[in-house]
Amino acid sequence: MTAPRIHGRVVAALMLFAGFALLPLVAWLADDPFLVVIGARILAYGIAALALDLILGFGAMVSFGHAAYLGFGAYAVAILSRFGITDLGLHMAAAVVVSAGFALITGAISLRTRGVYFIMITLAFGQMVYFFFTSLSAFGGDDGTGLRQRSTLLGSSVLEHDLVFFYVTLAVLMALFWLAHRIVGSRFGRVLTGIRENPTRIEAIGFAPRRYQLTAFVISGCMTAIAGVLLANQAEFVSPAFISWHRSGELIFMVVLGGAGTLSGAIAGAVTMIVLEEWLEVFTEHWKLVFGIILVLMVLYSPRGITGIIERLMRGRS
Amino acid sequence: MSRLTLHDLCLSFGALKVTDHVSLAVEPGEIHAIIGPNGAGKTTLIAQLSGQLTPDSGRIELDGSDITHLSPPARVHRGLARSFQITSVLPGFSVLENVALAVQARSGSSFRFFGRVAEEQPLNDAARAVLDATDLGDRLHVLAGALSHGEHRRLELAIALATDPSVLLLDEPLAGIGGAEAERFVEQLRARKGQLTMVLIEHDMDAVFALADRVSVLVYGRIIATGTPDQIRSDPAVRAAYLGQEEAS
Repeated sequence: MTAPRIHGRVVAALMLFAGFALLPLVAWLADDPFLVVIGARILAYGIAALALDLILGFGAMVSFGHAAYLGFGAYAVAILSRFGITDLGLHMAAAVVVSAGFALITGAISLRTRGVYFIMITLAFGQMVYFFFTSLSAFGGDDGTGLRQRSTLLGSSVLEHDLVFFYVTLAVLMALFWLAHRIVGSRFGRVLTGIRENPTRIEAIGFAPRRYQLTAFVISGCMTAIAGVLLANQAEFVSPAFISWHRSGELIFMVVLGGAGTLSGAIAGAVTMIVLEEWLEVFTEHWKLVFGIILVLMVLYSPRGITGIIERLMRGRS
Repeated sequence: MSRLTLHDLCLSFGALKVTDHVSLAVEPGEIHAIIGPNGAGKTTLIAQLSGQLTPDSGRIELDGSDITHLSPPARVHRGLARSFQITSVLPGFSVLENVALAVQARSGSSFRFFGRVAEEQPLNDAARAVLDATDLGDRLHVLAGALSHGEHRRLELAIALATDPSVLLLDEPLAGIGGAEAERFVEQLRARKGQLTMVLIEHDMDAVFALADRVSVLVYGRIIATGTPDQIRSDPAVRAAYLGQEEAS
């Protein structure tokens, strides 16, 4: 938690953001507009991974049901649009309110347990949400439903342009990174990180850990819901696939791959995972196997993920 | 009025009575040592005082109000702090951060999400003062996980002191340290004598007899004697149950 390390992570995040900002230029030079589409997907997952890192990396809460919040976000877009409400802000607000309520109730119950039981109970709640949406026949049930249009921004349909949508998503990611970074460095963040380090000690100096963990859990759920709103807009389609437990697992992968407890690592993890997925898919349909091997090697040789590798390289050079 | 009163505390783990009708009054400002052979139930007793364990029956009062069923954090806010026999710090935090967090617990809300806590001078200043007094003033930015054992023990004490307690429960603060380091530690505790009420569990008899105003002897969960160090030293029952063993061995 020393100052230079934290500073390094902010620099890393800023470099990632600069890279993203230049991506449309690269796409234009390479004459490959699809890059911007993938880019927006990466950004949306980056938000979700960032949100999960806040509780997994800093609060030691391994939520295996975080895809539920992606689902709340995605279905907020589909359901509200059906009723003629198309504003992006309102979609996000609805997604956040529902997610906050769900996170508050399920978090309060889940936090009565620890370790593997916490993982299992969050998985169970996630699956409940999954099955709820598979039975929502008005919105396609299992198959999901297409969106007639993307959310509108201040009454205009500028988000239909992939380029505009990309930069709006980037702006949201940057804002949420800044928010998460401030939270981690705040009084609240120090208590939360302390709980990860040693919950008994935190109690013994006068903090009731669960209140802080629950608050972080709710914040994380709300941020993930925003990612869900953006993801639905990016795909112009919503389905329960957003909520499956595979998706929750992928979010954990991203955080671990990038280096848990670093924020910028979560974003790097989202980039790496989706780029690898797209790239490996070209070579082999068994890309998930290759991906599994990469992850095993990573956990074995760099438990702190990509962040750990970069930090080691930097130290070696200086 | 006594600062801390234990009324007839009982706790059993299955058939084993770890705390057996313990009654005790700790007076304001005194250092009250609890000694006893291994397995006598000393740490279990401390855990009931600090709230990690709840007694099966009996009552604990702090300044006259019943705290038997308060959670550990609530007791800290009433002024009851503890240190652990096995060092329990935040290994990934610096020394300063460990203590600043304990200061934070008693100064204002911690549901603040934006201000940078590392830049809160009042927290850092209060933490520094405690660390200077515990000889850790030159180790502020070292990660707690990288400290030596003796430094760990001092950090453990510093964290407990930083919560600004009126009663401090010390569970073998000298465990694993000896010689000049132990003497220095005893001095630091003695310096606080009178300002702070302390319940001290310790195996180092030299430290106990140097520090304690009164001593209680715990054997198989029962207090068999309470008195001044001199009384305890000459009590035949105590010699038989405890001190004698040590001399014999």
